[in-house]
Amino acid sequence: MLLRAGDVGVLLAGGGLVVGLSVFAWGGQHGDTAVIRAAGQVVKTTSLTHAQSFSVDGPLGTTHIEIEPGRARVAADPSARQLCVKQGWLTQSGQAALCLPNQVSLEIRGRTSAYDTLGY
Amino acid sequence: MTRSAIELPVSADDRRIARLAALAIGLTLAEAAIPSPVPGVKPGLANIVILLVLLQYGWRAAAWVSALRVLGGGLLLGSLFAPGFWLSTAGALASLAVLALARHLPSRYFGPVSLSVVAAFGHIGGQLALAGWWLLPSAAVITLLPVFAAAALIFGAVNGVIVARLLAGPASSGRQSASCIPPSTP
Repeated sequence: MLLRAGDVGVLLAGGGLVVGLSVFAWGGQHGDTAVIRAAGQVVKTTSLTHAQSFSVDGPLGTTHIEIEPGRARVAADPSARQLCVKQGWLTQSGQAALCLPNQVSLEIRGRTSAYDTLGY
Repeated sequence: MTRSAIELPVSADDRRIARLAALAIGLTLAEAAIPSPVPGVKPGLANIVILLVLLQYGWRAAAWVSALRVLGGGLLLGSLFAPGFWLSTAGALASLAVLALARHLPSRYFGPVSLSVVAAFGHIGGQLALAGWWLLPSAAVITLLPVFAAAALIFGAVNGVIVARLLAGPASSGRQSASCIPPSTP
């Protein structure tokens, strides 16, 4: 007998553990709200239901933010290294793109926030 | 002629452990040649030997073989005392600790497959605990957790079935030879 009764139980428990870990590690919550800040102040809070775009002015110039159903990104930014632009589309609650030189940030929020507060 | 002042008596147990450890090291080396998409996801073929030793000669012998395998494998692969070696050590220790408990499960219901799966999870758990605490103290380990757990489940089950077949012996499985593990009377 290669498999005994308990072995099947162990295999099932192992499968359950794998599924549980997958949900825990990858099942991040999809965000439904985008919060745009400039110099620390919230300038716009909008839902991720339809396509929109915003232009936010900072010390270096204008940051363009693009919103599509379920996702948002920084489309263009005057900062030198373009880190927030290279982050691409944000979908998960708690994700944020920070354009530090231009003091603009884009944050995604869900129904339940993953963090109480984030300090940059 | 200088005669050695120290003579270490070598018992039959020692020879057997050395032979089995050599087998486990051989499997470790063979396995290192297999390419893997994710570093750390390996079949863990040496665990077949560890498990056979555990079931035939007890936990102490298994611990010896496991320790010698980690050390010998580290020496031969050139990773002695490198991060990979410590990950391997942590995995082997955790695996042995789990096996020490799991081998007391009633063998009527829990066969080699259970032990193998549990040991595989112990192995990956020990490795990831050390990696998360020491090498990658960030969310990166958590993201990879399901991949490693799935690999542990699959390879643990396969190795367990192999152990079960080897233990069943050539009588019941025909073309398989279990000659790599000699009977307990050397």
